[in-house]
Amino acid sequence: MPLPRWLDLFVVPLVNLALALLVVALVFAAIGEDPFRALAVMAKGAFVYPGSLGYTLYYTTNFIFTGLAVAVAFHAMLFNIGGEGQATFGGLGVALICLALDPFLPGVVVILLAIGGAAAFGAAWGFIPGWLQARRGSHVVITTIMFNFIAAGLMVWLLSGMLMMSGQGSPETRSFEEATWLPFIHDILRAVGLEAERSPFNLSFFIALAACVGVWLLIWRTKFGYALRTMGHSEPAAVYAGIPVQRITVLAMAISGALAGCMALNEILGVQHRLVLNFSAGYGFTGIAVALMGRNHPVGIVMAALLFGALYQGGAELDFEFKSVTSEMVLVIQGLIILFSGALAHMPVPWLVRLASRWRPANA
Amino acid sequence: MLEAWVDILRVLDGTLRLATPLILCAAAGLVSERSGIIDIGLEGKLLAGAFAAAAAASLSGSPWIGLAAAIGVAVLLALVHGFACISQHGEQIISGVAVNILAAGLTVVVGIALFRQGGQTPLLGPEERFGPIQLPAVGALAGVPGAGPLYAELISGHNVLVYLALVAVLAVWWLLYRTTFGLRLRAVGEAPEAVDTAGVSVPWLRYRAVIIAGVLCGIAGAYLSTAHGAGFVREMSAGKGFIALAAMIFGKWRPGPALVACLLFGFLDTITPRLEGVRMACSDGKAIEIFITLLGGACDEPPLRLPTALIPTLPYVFTLVLLAGFFGRAVPPAALGTPYVKKH
Repeated sequence: MPLPRWLDLFVVPLVNLALALLVVALVFAAIGEDPFRALAVMAKGAFVYPGSLGYTLYYTTNFIFTGLAVAVAFHAMLFNIGGEGQATFGGLGVALICLALDPFLPGVVVILLAIGGAAAFGAAWGFIPGWLQARRGSHVVITTIMFNFIAAGLMVWLLSGMLMMSGQGSPETRSFEEATWLPFIHDILRAVGLEAERSPFNLSFFIALAACVGVWLLIWRTKFGYALRTMGHSEPAAVYAGIPVQRITVLAMAISGALAGCMALNEILGVQHRLVLNFSAGYGFTGIAVALMGRNHPVGIVMAALLFGALYQGGAELDFEFKSVTSEMVLVIQGLIILFSGALAHMPVPWLVRLASRWRPANA
Repeated sequence: MLEAWVDILRVLDGTLRLATPLILCAAAGLVSERSGIIDIGLEGKLLAGAFAAAAAASLSGSPWIGLAAAIGVAVLLALVHGFACISQHGEQIISGVAVNILAAGLTVVVGIALFRQGGQTPLLGPEERFGPIQLPAVGALAGVPGAGPLYAELISGHNVLVYLALVAVLAVWWLLYRTTFGLRLRAVGEAPEAVDTAGVSVPWLRYRAVIIAGVLCGIAGAYLSTAHGAGFVREMSAGKGFIALAAMIFGKWRPGPALVACLLFGFLDTITPRLEGVRMACSDGKAIEIFITLLGGACDEPPLRLPTALIPTLPYVFTLVLLAGFFGRAVPPAALGTPYVKKH
């Protein structure tokens, strides 16, 4: 018996989340800390303290981009776990354009070009695994893992060599001209006379929201999106229907890579204003959890990204408030959410079916 | 001449040391994947094993108890992966990612709760680690030119886990190709419905495969923290599980070639620091002179430095080229990644 739609869409994800959080609570209990106090600390750290909401939304921006990236590939049943490498390459695209053009062109023009650079470089780093999958049959999961490591190695090489700021020891580029920085939201609010705490929250959040709309249109309102979803449901059916599966594979991976690459808009163009090592910091992997929790739908992804943004920001607060709990707890929570919402997603379904069938006679 | 020989032996010795965790993890991945279960959680099991070994060795004072703890924890993670993939027909990639992230978080969280040293375990003393074993007759052979140093430097003087890793590859080969269990294991990775039709349990075969993978990853973890190193530091697996995965694929899912790939990747890892700052070409661009400069040859300034930062990416580049079928062809087991749902 198939589950009623409302159960499948809302109850199953919530039960999965609850199971994950139950195990988190057990971990807290095992190391002798109170999970509810930790929850209160995290909630305060994510939303209540001055400026904390800005930090939460800044993390959320990263997770929207990487979550969308995973989701687009997912709709074609492709696992893009190369978000880290694609984001890294997006950062390279931003940096190359800014470093080359910021002395000559007005800031707005450079920003627009940098957005294109982030998307194009990220897309390139997704395109190659896509092409290898489509044309040479190399599994995209394996190749994207390898592309993450190759991107990291390339970045070490570039930043300790030709891109390194001259006369300095640390592996980073020079800072971009201030005109090319994406405006901080607190600066915008202050400019119109509102009080706002400083935070890294910047304009790229709205680019992320625009990307959500774009992805929704692409997946559910275009011929390409239809082909993508058909292929995800059944590749033989897609082939039979005359859908060019190879081309869709390559395009899906390139679009996915472009979205992951745009994460660099927040980190590099919005906050760091120079290219640094390891700025992707695991956000690409977190995108997998975000996409799973958000059921690969932009609305769900925004909500899941907000949850993870709050977890990251609130988790940092754990370091200050507890002696034996640190922000690594966020990794545990993330791992458990991926496990229960992803790999064990169907585990509660039989229980819920039994529950639902018990209720029905009473309701009918 | 003799000095060069000893130098070569030292490089090979380092190769074996650095390849040991790769060999064990690649063997683990091999058993799991030949049964049809994708294992990208090698990294997580390795890391968790390393932590458990160091923690238990530190608390008990015995590396053997550490080894047992490492195997226990890695098998536990393997069973989580197995439960998700085999019993729940879950997505194997996602489960593997979850295992990796969980291990990265839990090792630090539990480490801080146990030892309060920022996620590290205390430094292990010599009696809490696996020390080098001197094989017999090192002294007697010392005078023999060539063979004496070979025996002393390369063959003797490793810890027990290095030898165990080599035995493990042999054992995995024998298990896969010389036993009924191995025949069925390989069959279940290619055509599980055939195995099921023959009346053999598909889930039980696959569970045994992931448990074996857990045991091997646990040994690899113990090697990292209680034999090669002297304690656990956070993120100590540092991508070795993924390099092992690459080696397994580079070896086309077969024990012998996978061993060779592990040794090759271990060799790259060993020579990287030696190549630091070595000049790649003279300014006149005549020749790539890595080996000449290695042997002390001269080259005029300004030189082009060898991009040593790129050497760690070579295992992945090699594997990608192979996967893309530009030389040879790596064909995975046919049923790899597909959950088996019994039809009634």
